Amino acid sequence: MSSPLLYVENLKEYFEIRRGPFGKRSYVKAVDGVSLTLAGREAISIVGESGCGKTTLGKTILRLYEPTDGKIIFRGRDVTHLGWRELKWYRRETGLVQQDPFGALPPFMTVKRILEEPLAIHGIKDRKEREKRVYKALERVKLTPIEDFINKYPHMLSGGQQQRLVIARSIILEPKMIVADEPVSMLDASVRIEILKLLQDLQRRYDLSVIYITHDLSTTRYFSERIYIMYAAHIVESAETKEMLVNPLHPYTRALLNVIPDPDPSNRFMIKEVPIGEPPNLINPPAGCRFNPRCPNFMKGICDTKEPSLIEVGKGHYVKCWLYD
Amino acid sequence: MGERHLSIKSLVMYYRTLRGEVKAVDDVSFSLPKGETIAVIGESGCGKSSLAKSIIRLLPRNVSVYKGTILFNGLNLMDLDEETFTKEIRWTKITYVPQAALNSLNPIIKIGDQMIEPLLLHQKMSKSEALERAAKTLKAVGVNEAFLHHYPFELSGGMKQRVIIAMSLLTNPELMILDEPTSSLDVLTQANIMNLLKSIKKEMKISMVFITHDVSLSSELADKVAVMYAGQIIEFSDAEAFYNNPKHPYSQKLMESVPTLRTDKKLGFIPGSPPSLLDPPRGCRFADRCPFAFEKCVKDPPIMHLNEGFYAKCWLYEKESP
Ligand SMILES: Nc1ncnc2c1ncn2[C@@H]1O[C@H](COP(=O)(O)OP(=O)(O)O)[C@@H](O)[C@H]1O
Ligand SMILES: Nc1ncnc2c1ncn2[C@@H]1O[C@H](COP(=O)(O)OP(=O)(O)O)[C@@H](O)[C@H]1O
Ligand code: SF4
Ligand code: SF4
Ligand SMILES: [Mg+2]
Ligand SMILES: [Mg+2]
Repeated sequence: MSSPLLYVENLKEYFEIRRGPFGKRSYVKAVDGVSLTLAGREAISIVGESGCGKTTLGKTILRLYEPTDGKIIFRGRDVTHLGWRELKWYRRETGLVQQDPFGALPPFMTVKRILEEPLAIHGIKDRKEREKRVYKALERVKLTPIEDFINKYPHMLSGGQQQRLVIARSIILEPKMIVADEPVSMLDASVRIEILKLLQDLQRRYDLSVIYITHDLSTTRYFSERIYIMYAAHIVESAETKEMLVNPLHPYTRALLNVIPDPDPSNRFMIKEVPIGEPPNLINPPAGCRFNPRCPNFMKGICDTKEPSLIEVGKGHYVKCWLYD
Repeated sequence: MGERHLSIKSLVMYYRTLRGEVKAVDDVSFSLPKGETIAVIGESGCGKSSLAKSIIRLLPRNVSVYKGTILFNGLNLMDLDEETFTKEIRWTKITYVPQAALNSLNPIIKIGDQMIEPLLLHQKMSKSEALERAAKTLKAVGVNEAFLHHYPFELSGGMKQRVIIAMSLLTNPELMILDEPTSSLDVLTQANIMNLLKSIKKEMKISMVFITHDVSLSSELADKVAVMYAGQIIEFSDAEAFYNNPKHPYSQKLMESVPTLRTDKKLGFIPGSPPSLLDPPRGCRFADRCPFAFEKCVKDPPIMHLNEGFYAKCWLYEKESP
């Protein structure tokens, strides 16, 4: 692999909160020291339960938030603290697809205007050129025949079509990287795969890298090359997809993989082992390993005192757990 | 099949709206032996919640048609007047966990007070008796009875869902209807709740109608499966047969779109979207998306019996019908 498209090192994003106007200041440490790399044309996924910091991580990488600490290097350039003028360049190079397509689309604009807007903002003044780009984007996301869609309003589209439109908007400036944040979790099963296949198709054909954020491990098998497991603002394990699924190492990853069902009638006869409790809050996470209050492999005096570091235990397989250190 | 505990025949429920009649439940039939669970699966808007409401007879005001037969222990519930139904069936023999029930707990009333209200109201229990029952039931679902004196906002999502399940167990029901009971919960919490439902099913021998849009999850409880599409059950099957070999083209396509964690498969999807329930097509409602559609499909396919009372509503199975 040559130098990666994106390189994130020890990224932190803390949100300051106060209880009452004169209340004590505290911080939600939503992303707390995350490192990852993304190659050109690669798709990785970030998997974890709600509240673990996935959306914040995605938005911080896209510089929709100002990072608290750490480094983001994109195409060799340090974008961690870009000023607004250069941010405009970064915006053009990146895109975001959010969970709720309808909420992401302005209700009173037609498909055409929705897609023209980013072009206008980024200085494409020629009307013909804009139109050409709009058509190209609609073709790429297969909202065809284009004439059937171009003058419609978002509410006239099905959920799947709305998400195609959001994707069209996110790729219209031909970015190098998009963050797809739970792009199908509001859609029905029969449409989900259609949208995920579309993203995969775009990734492979148009030189695009994708950070796919999801709580659904079963789709990662088909749509990403590498999985990062996130728990309580940390990456606790990362590996190539196949390796992760056949050889999960972190007790949290193992628990997740163990409980996710495939459609199988014998499931109904099995009681599954589930870790006790719930994920911690991110204001005062537990000392040591953050999974320690729930972990079936908990080692007293070790796991509750010192934080394990993320170490490579096999080729490209990283885990943050004292069992392997 | 064993003794039929619940047997629904030709159930119909329509809503009146400004845009016309919504045919949300349109001629639905299935039956369920005692102690077993039927999973009702289908995509959003296909009528699952409406089916649940028509079984427990909690009908929105704008219901325009409500007819059919609901045999419960041999008694046709449709013959009961509202007073008898309220006294003898709803919240006693048949209980219901509505969709998004998590948000239905009143945040400022203590758990205990919310739990005992129906017991005081419908069962005319004394307060101490009711509290004792509530404490026992909470324990049975793995919640410390001290939570009787807590407020809902003090509980996590998973704990709240346990409380809600406890509420539906208070009267020792024979049948529970669960509408997407884990859909807003995370995977580990969901697995916990599924464990709980499995043990309730096994130990208390309660029959269940388990509604979900999640095909994989449905296999965690289902003995029988009903697949709903556009207001109708298009396949009714035994769990073993269904998950291994679904019969109806829609079921097959739906199964193809389910990603699996442990095996590789070729994923598919269904182009297009389901028809409007305001004016569903006269023929097979899946016809415009069905890869096998042929001339006959412009006519409404009847239920084609396969074996042991199971069926597919599809012309492809015509010959196999007796
Ligand atoms: N703007 C914000 N201000 C304060 N806290 C936030 C903000 N955004 C997210 N959080 C908190 O940060 C944590 C991580 O949230 P999020 O990134 O949305 O997680 P996920 O996407 O994995 O569900 C949560 O505890 C959430 O409440
Ligand atoms: N009170 C109501 N009035 C009119 N239409 C309704 C009402 N409730 C549900 N519907 C419509 O009935 C259809 C079935 O809805 P529902 O039973 O909630 O489906 P599901 O639970 O499978 O998502 C949908 O088209 C829905 O919009
Ligand atoms: S470090 Fe200890 S508590 Fe944390 S996951 Fe590993 S074994 Fe469990
Ligand atoms: S009746 Fe015809 S259109 Fe309908 S599912 Fe069967 S083959 Fe397909
Ligand atoms: Mg999120
Ligand atoms: Mg519903």
